[in-house]
Formats: sequence, C-alpha cells, structure tokens
Amino acid sequence: MRVLQIIEPAHRATLEEQDDTVLWFTRALRGAGAAADVLLVGTAVGYAVRGQTSAGLTLGAWSQRQPPDIEHEITKLIESGATVAALSEDLSRRGITPEALIDGVRVQSRHGLGRLLAQYDRVWKW
Amino acid sequence: MPKTLAVLMMDAPYEQTRTTTAFRLLDAALRNGYGVRVFAYEGAVSLPLTLQKAHPNAIHGRNAEEEAHPTPHVWVSALMHLAQTKGLMFDWVNCGLCVDERGVTDVVPGVRRGSPADFWKMVAESDNAVVIPTR
Amino acid sequence: MSRYLLIESRDPFESNGFALRCELAAALVADGAEVAVFLVENGVLAARRTADLGELAQLARLRVPVLADEFALRERGITADELATNVKSASLDALVTELGNGAKALWN
Repeated sequence: MRVLQIIEPAHRATLEEQDDTVLWFTRALRGAGAAADVLLVGTAVGYAVRGQTSAGLTLGAWSQRQPPDIEHEITKLIESGATVAALSEDLSRRGITPEALIDGVRVQSRHGLGRLLAQYDRVWKW
Repeated sequence: MPKTLAVLMMDAPYEQTRTTTAFRLLDAALRNGYGVRVFAYEGAVSLPLTLQKAHPNAIHGRNAEEEAHPTPHVWVSALMHLAQTKGLMFDWVNCGLCVDERGVTDVVPGVRRGSPADFWKMVAESDNAVVIPTR
Repeated sequence: MSRYLLIESRDPFESNGFALRCELAAALVADGAEVAVFLVENGVLAARRTADLGELAQLARLRVPVLADEFALRERGITADELATNVKSASLDALVTELGNGAKALWN
C-alpha cells in the first residue's frame, strides 16, 4: 500500500518535540513497512530549504541538546527511498528558488497533482 | 463483515472543535454499522484520561451535577459501549511516546498503548483511513 | 477513477487556505478525478449565498458538490434558505458514506 503524506504546517511545536512530529511519524511508518512519500505544501515547503538550523534554545540554565534538524529528517527520508516533493507554486509564492532546496527534494506543480495522488492508495493531509 | 474505518486524531481535549467533530464522526460511523479503529497521536492521547474531572460552573450558578461538564474519557467509553451493543469493532491506541511526554497514566480500560506501527496495522486492516490533523 | 473529499473546517475568510484548496480541487478535476467538498465547523461560513466568496462559484463551475454539516450550520444560525445554490446541508453520515466508499479524505 502506497501512502502520500501531504504536510502543510511547519515549525509546530518542533522545538518542544525536538522533531517535526509528522516527518517523524512518516519515518516510523516507513520503518513499519509503509511505502510512504511526502509532499510539502503551504508553509511546509520551507522544510525543503537547505541550511536550516534550530540550535541554541536556552531557558534559564536549561539548554537544548538535541534541537530538531529538519534538513536531516528530509535527507534521511530521501536516503531511505522516500520521494520528498515540494509544491512549486507554494515555493515560488514564498520566493524560494530551486537552487535553495535540499539535494534530492523534487518540485511538483499543482498541475498534474491529480495524477500524482492517484498513484497512492492512501493520501493523508496533515 | 462490517466495514471498518481507521481514524488518527491529534488534538488535546478542550482546545479545538475538531475534537468534537472527530467524536461525532466516530459516533456516526458506529451508528451506520462501521467498526472504528482510533490512533491517538500527540495531544489526543489525553482524551481517554480518566483523571479528567467534571466541575461546577459558578458563572451559570450550576453545581457539578447540574453542569454535567463533558469529559472526553466519558465520550470514549460511550463509543466503546455503543460499539459493544452493536457488535462492532472499537479499538483505541494511544501513541506511547506521546503518552510518556504528557504523563497520561490512567486511561479508559481497553485503551491500548502503541506506536505508529500500530496505526499502520490499523490502516492495513481497515477499509479506509482518515487523518484529522491539528493546526 | 479516484474520488477525493476535501473537508474544510476553517473560516474561508481567515486565510487564503480555502482558495488554495479550491485550486487543488480544480487540479484534481482537470486530471479526471471526482471531488467533493464537505464543510464542517467554521468552514460552513463559506455556505451562505450572500458570502463574498468567489470560490463557491468556482466549485460550481467545476461541478464539485459541496455539502455542509447541518449541525455546524445550526450552530451558526445559517438556515436552509440562506445556502448558496450549490451547497447542500448534510449530516456526518454522508461523510461516513464517502469514507466507506473509499474517498481519499483530505482534512483541512
């Protein structure tokens, strides 16, 4: 069964969770045997950008030792065989150019989205 | 064999109308003869927490009994009961790491602890699955 | 043929999300898919005939049926005679039926 995870929100409680919980969930699904791919849309197209860092959060004497590393998560998904794509129209609205993207992230236009979604048995919007 | 639906929920109690809509969907599914499998992720693991307490409402001049304030664990139990009376599947799994983070200890009997692998199993065993995301 | 159910729970006027998802509906229809929209919660604020919202007309041109949760309509005092012509009031039973028939539901 093929699954497409369409992810729209970004940086939602990621510091508190030290992860994007939907990317994390996707890796867990793939670990359980699911052929899960990712389509980043809306705010989440920002996850496709190279050079993100969340390091340095301190609160009083507490400092974060394992900040979320979105670029690492995207890369690990791609390395595991997942297709990770970002919606081109949402990238260009936000002024994100193809050169700024993490290696391996594909760009998908809204045109043809129907054909893409039809390839999946389950499509979930997060 | 009745059809079954798998539903993933994310919202904690009392934060979003989405929670009530999700419960209404589960209720509608059961009343229409569908079994349901629920995977509670993130804040939704608190929904079956039996430590929730109803309270009075002084603004409205109602004591606790009169106020009859909803506590979602009662909703979970009510749906379990409905499923039982109709001989339908009702399975509720709380994501274990989310449980640990939130200290959700006491839950409605029958609620299981699990992982995303359990959701994947639910999906494989159900006729359809829907994710009700948080914002 | 794939069937998609776009469940819209948010006020269409609070962001351009509804507009973007209508673009998605158009893209899916263009690729031969069947699409329906189900308005729930504040999403039913899109349902009034008098709402200043071009997206409903767009959905009508695409022949995308639009259902609105009757409970949410009542909660917001939206009566049957106020509904846009391409919006029908429905219970969540209709949503269950769509899921039972295999629609891929995208919940917004």
